[in-house]
Amino acid sequence: MGFLDIDNATKSYGSVRVLHNVDISVEEGEFLALVGPSGCGKSTLLNMIAGLEEITSGEIRIRGAVMNGVHPSKRNIAMVFQSYALYPNMTAGQNITFGLEMHGVPKARREQARQRVARLLQIEHLLNRKPGSLSGGQRQRVAMGRALVRNPDVFLFDEPLSNLDAKLRVDMRTEIKKLHQTLGTTVIYVTHDQIEAMTLSTRIAVMNGGYVQQLGKPQEIYDTPANIFVATFMGSPAMNVLPARVMMEGTAPVAETALHDGTPVRMPFSQANLAQWAGRDILLGIRPESITDENTADRTSGNIARLTNRVVITEPAGSDTFAIMTLGGRDVIARMRSDAKVAPGIDFTFAVNMEKAVAFDPETKERIAS
Amino acid sequence: MRALIYLVLTLCALFYMLPLYVMLVNSVKPLDEITGGGMMNLPQVFTLVPWARAWSSAQIGVEPTGLSPYFWNSIRMVVPAVAISTLLGALNGYVLTKWRFKYDTILFGLMLFACFIPFQVVLIPMARMLGLMGLAGTTRGLVLVHVVYGVGFTTLYFRNYYAFFPTELVRAAQIDGAGFFRIFWRILLPSSGPIAVVSIIWQFTNIWNDFLFGASFADANSQPMTVALNNLVQASHGVKEYNVHFAGAILAAMPTLLVYIVAGRYFVRGLMAGSVKG
Repeated sequence: MGFLDIDNATKSYGSVRVLHNVDISVEEGEFLALVGPSGCGKSTLLNMIAGLEEITSGEIRIRGAVMNGVHPSKRNIAMVFQSYALYPNMTAGQNITFGLEMHGVPKARREQARQRVARLLQIEHLLNRKPGSLSGGQRQRVAMGRALVRNPDVFLFDEPLSNLDAKLRVDMRTEIKKLHQTLGTTVIYVTHDQIEAMTLSTRIAVMNGGYVQQLGKPQEIYDTPANIFVATFMGSPAMNVLPARVMMEGTAPVAETALHDGTPVRMPFSQANLAQWAGRDILLGIRPESITDENTADRTSGNIARLTNRVVITEPAGSDTFAIMTLGGRDVIARMRSDAKVAPGIDFTFAVNMEKAVAFDPETKERIAS
Repeated sequence: MRALIYLVLTLCALFYMLPLYVMLVNSVKPLDEITGGGMMNLPQVFTLVPWARAWSSAQIGVEPTGLSPYFWNSIRMVVPAVAISTLLGALNGYVLTKWRFKYDTILFGLMLFACFIPFQVVLIPMARMLGLMGLAGTTRGLVLVHVVYGVGFTTLYFRNYYAFFPTELVRAAQIDGAGFFRIFWRILLPSSGPIAVVSIIWQFTNIWNDFLFGASFADANSQPMTVALNNLVQASHGVKEYNVHFAGAILAAMPTLLVYIVAGRYFVRGLMAGSVKG
């Protein structure tokens, strides 16, 4: 049993089921990100943990106590909302202590708590201002202050950074991570931004269509995605997925696919068990950073395949240059060093790190386990 | 071109102000200047006697009390009626938008229906109800009638306003431990200024100007200003004191005018709120 248990939880609106049998067990101090596209059920799940939405069936437990039907204010949770949800008629300071006031905490202790939180978040100078006169980042801090002040068992974050501009978002992301390291409180964090999920969390639940597609550590999810949805959702640019056929060279399975002009090209697999798929079609998943020029290829990799292919387009991005080629009939993106000698229209020799490649069953879209 | 626009607008405004001019001018003239046929003329002798008479000594019905006791009757009726109907409307709007329940839109539709029921239709049933409740011929009875009649409008205003009030705020307050009424008092109501002004102006104007309910349900001790003004003007004996009538009519119209002048700019702002986010 974990610190926060979501046990076979489902949610239906009438006959429409929006959340299917979710099982997640969170340890104390964990930072769990719920990530997925809009409509995947991640916010619904968060609201169920908060008590803002009823649980149709199953159980949610915090510290072993069943939370079904318990009022949100009695769950010892705190929530930061996407719109910050600061009370417009109160000052930042009053916003922070409103919850304490509702719980009957005496004024002197409220004052203390407010000072402590304000110092932690460096918003002491904003306490007497109304939310309307605060910037987005300042509102964000006040909203976090309101959550922090109650010393909750669990913090719930509902896309807290999505209303901030790009630069501030990165800064606040770091702040949240620091805060989690300082306080060590359990966090459930909903986001549609896979980079936020990757950078912040200790574990990620990738959701789609009301199902948890995969639950695991960020690196696990990135390196061994459970299916094509997870593979393409996590990572930017997305993982390349291209059709290939498993062929045998002696006892070793290789992936055969086609260059831009249809010429077959073979790349040896690292997973020996793919021999079982000999002669059958698969979908081959290769991350853009696993396709580079020969000089930058990962020297620790024991399996680098080389192929020479026509470059269709290049996209310089400053730190890297993305080269796009046609492989297996699909556009495939390679992540090159910015000084790599690629140009549109030339034939270039790419190095593919096949150790990192994954294979998917084209029928089920699931990863073929190695 | 611009000059032409201003000219036309000024002429229209003047035309529009003409009745007010007639009222003002004639309320400060001695009676013989009016009966002499100079209704449009400025006064030759300026006098405030008609105002004093209209307020404190003109014959209303059988008593020479002037309009002042009826003015206070109206105040005693309009203040609680406006306050209660506005507060109830706010509470209804809060429930209909933030505590949704099954068939709430149907309920709201029925409440809206109240806005379209003509006054005359309810006169007799209402008189019976007031009689049964022992409120016939009292100010409290009039307050009840106006609250019941006004709550459809005030609910409409507040519901539409709160529909744009972020539900996340209510959720945040729930997590903070505030209950149903605390959320209403501490979070929603303090943010309802613009729409409250709309509701107050609308209700104040309607209730103050109401004649039918006042004439039907009030007795001599609770008659509102509008009914008393009618009795003053319709007096069937003695000389018709037009200057006093004019002064009385202005007195009767003054409160709604004042409310509009004080709060009018919020009125338009409140009507626009909700349509534009911000």
